[in-house]
Amino acid sequence: MINFSTVSKRYESGQEALGGISFDIDAGELVFLTGHSGAGKSTLMKLIMLMERPTTGQVLVGGRNLSRIRKSQIPYHRRQVGVVFQNHQLLFDRSVFENVALPLQIAGYQSREVGRRVRAALDKVGLLEKEKHNPITLSGGEQQRVGIARAVVNKPPVLLADEPTGNLDPELSAEIMNLFAQFNAVGVTVMIASHDIDLITRLDYRVLTLHKGQIIHDGFLPKGDQHG
Amino acid sequence: MAKSGARRVERPAPEKNNGPGAVQAKTSIGDKSRSYWAHHRSSFISACSRLLGAPVQTLMTSLVVAIALALPATLYIALNNVQQLGDSWDANPKISAYLNPRAKEEAIQEFIEKLRGYNEINDVEYLSADDALRDFQLRSGFGETLSELDENPLPPTLILSPTKAASDPDTLKRLGDRMLQEALIDDVSLDMEWVRRLREIMILGKKIVIALAALLSLGVLLAVGNTIRLAIENRKDEIIVAKLVGGTDGFVRRPFLYTGLWYGLFGGLLAAVIVGLGYMSINQSVQRLADLYNSGFRLQALGIEGNLTLIGLATLIGLLGAWLAVSRHLSQIEPR
Ligand SMILES: Nc1ncnc2c1ncn2[C@@H]1O[C@H](COP(=O)(O)OP(=O)(O)OP(=O)(O)O)[C@@H](O)[C@H]1O
Ligand SMILES: [Mg+2]
Repeated sequence: MINFSTVSKRYESGQEALGGISFDIDAGELVFLTGHSGAGKSTLMKLIMLMERPTTGQVLVGGRNLSRIRKSQIPYHRRQVGVVFQNHQLLFDRSVFENVALPLQIAGYQSREVGRRVRAALDKVGLLEKEKHNPITLSGGEQQRVGIARAVVNKPPVLLADEPTGNLDPELSAEIMNLFAQFNAVGVTVMIASHDIDLITRLDYRVLTLHKGQIIHDGFLPKGDQHG
Repeated sequence: MAKSGARRVERPAPEKNNGPGAVQAKTSIGDKSRSYWAHHRSSFISACSRLLGAPVQTLMTSLVVAIALALPATLYIALNNVQQLGDSWDANPKISAYLNPRAKEEAIQEFIEKLRGYNEINDVEYLSADDALRDFQLRSGFGETLSELDENPLPPTLILSPTKAASDPDTLKRLGDRMLQEALIDDVSLDMEWVRRLREIMILGKKIVIALAALLSLGVLLAVGNTIRLAIENRKDEIIVAKLVGGTDGFVRRPFLYTGLWYGLFGGLLAAVIVGLGYMSINQSVQRLADLYNSGFRLQALGIEGNLTLIGLATLIGLLGAWLAVSRHLSQIEPR
């Protein structure tokens, strides 16, 4: 579902964020992406979202070569990839419902269908009774779950999450991870960037570890391994 | 390498109908276009309610638009009225025909009868040389001096009033030329030089109004553009999120274009009100003045057509200003 072949990314500042990495993620996999700060995790996800273009190499998503996607086609690509990014969060000038409805309105769903799907997504993240609230009145964990509902509401085949549990306590983090596991269980390809090694180790999924823009580990972590 | 069992190529849909495969959920073409128009409608309405939600800012921008457009509209009305005034005088032009001083009285009377038979001529007034002299003495104040002359220097004169149909400048000119051919007539003067001059001035005036309107429209364009730029800045988060979840440029652009359209529309309506109030405030005085001069002149307003044009142009300029701002600033806002 996601294929990188010798992908490197050098920012205009000269900073090399990724140094020619290759990996494949199959449809229906859940993969953790870990590594030190500045290792290139966010950069990798931005390449999948076409928020950045690789300097060299090729990225394929769903068999489609992203380098062939013209600028005007980028929106349609992004509708296939749900994202939970920490810094692109909720809009506080509208209700929880309207936040989650945005991707559906953009994709051109009928309003009845929008209502049905938004409620289904909110139900899944356990926030159905908060649909009319302004997200600013919600707790951090709840906000994060609204973000997840928004990411999955139009059922994208791929779901990316960049530090989705960044500032949540361990219990909430486990809850959020459990949500991702549920989406993965119904076939969504999920990639989660996280520093939370404890949690990752406990969950027992495939882990890609980046170090200075290189993949230094790809596979399952032995239980109890604390190395990043 | 993949977790066992995770190799499902197709994703079982959580909901049975509409269940998408691994590819994007599809909506039908009909649904798409219906919701496309639904988004137009909702952008149109929500842009308006957004503006009404910030009445001070909206009023300020709309006033800028209104004042800038009310000015040329007022000038345009003024010009039309001056033209109407000119046309109403233009309707009673005269031709003064100076007769040969040695013409016999009977010949003159005969000639007058002949002229009365002309289609183009409504009335003929005869001033004999003596009448003309008396008239001139009365009006010029050269009474004494003139009476010392032993011979009357003024010719007998016929004042011809053409019919309405013959009152336009070209026909009048032709009539004057024909009069010159007459044996009895030495010279002719068309009482309409000033009308022609007024016409020239009107043409110049119209050019000035157009230039002014163009200049002020440009100002409106920039003012609306700047307001929209600020609106874009204020709604940056929203734009970024929309782009992140697959909003096309058109989708992101739409609310701002409608915002500009509303500013233009509000400004146009306000301009119409301002011009209308100005008209009402001077209309009565003008009417009284006209009555004093026994004139049927009435101040012309902008009229329904003029008002609609004003509002329509304002709306268009608002939209254009928004489009300028959007095309310059929206593409710079990308999720990072
Ligand atoms: N827009 C940018 N312009 C220039 N350099 C950038 C940009 N974004 C990231 N970088 C650099 O690229 C490298 C990788 O950054 P990236 O954000 O991918 O790391 P990360 O693994 O997500 O880190 P963190 O865990 O702190 O989020 C860093 O050295 C960073 O400074
Ligand atoms: Mg990061």
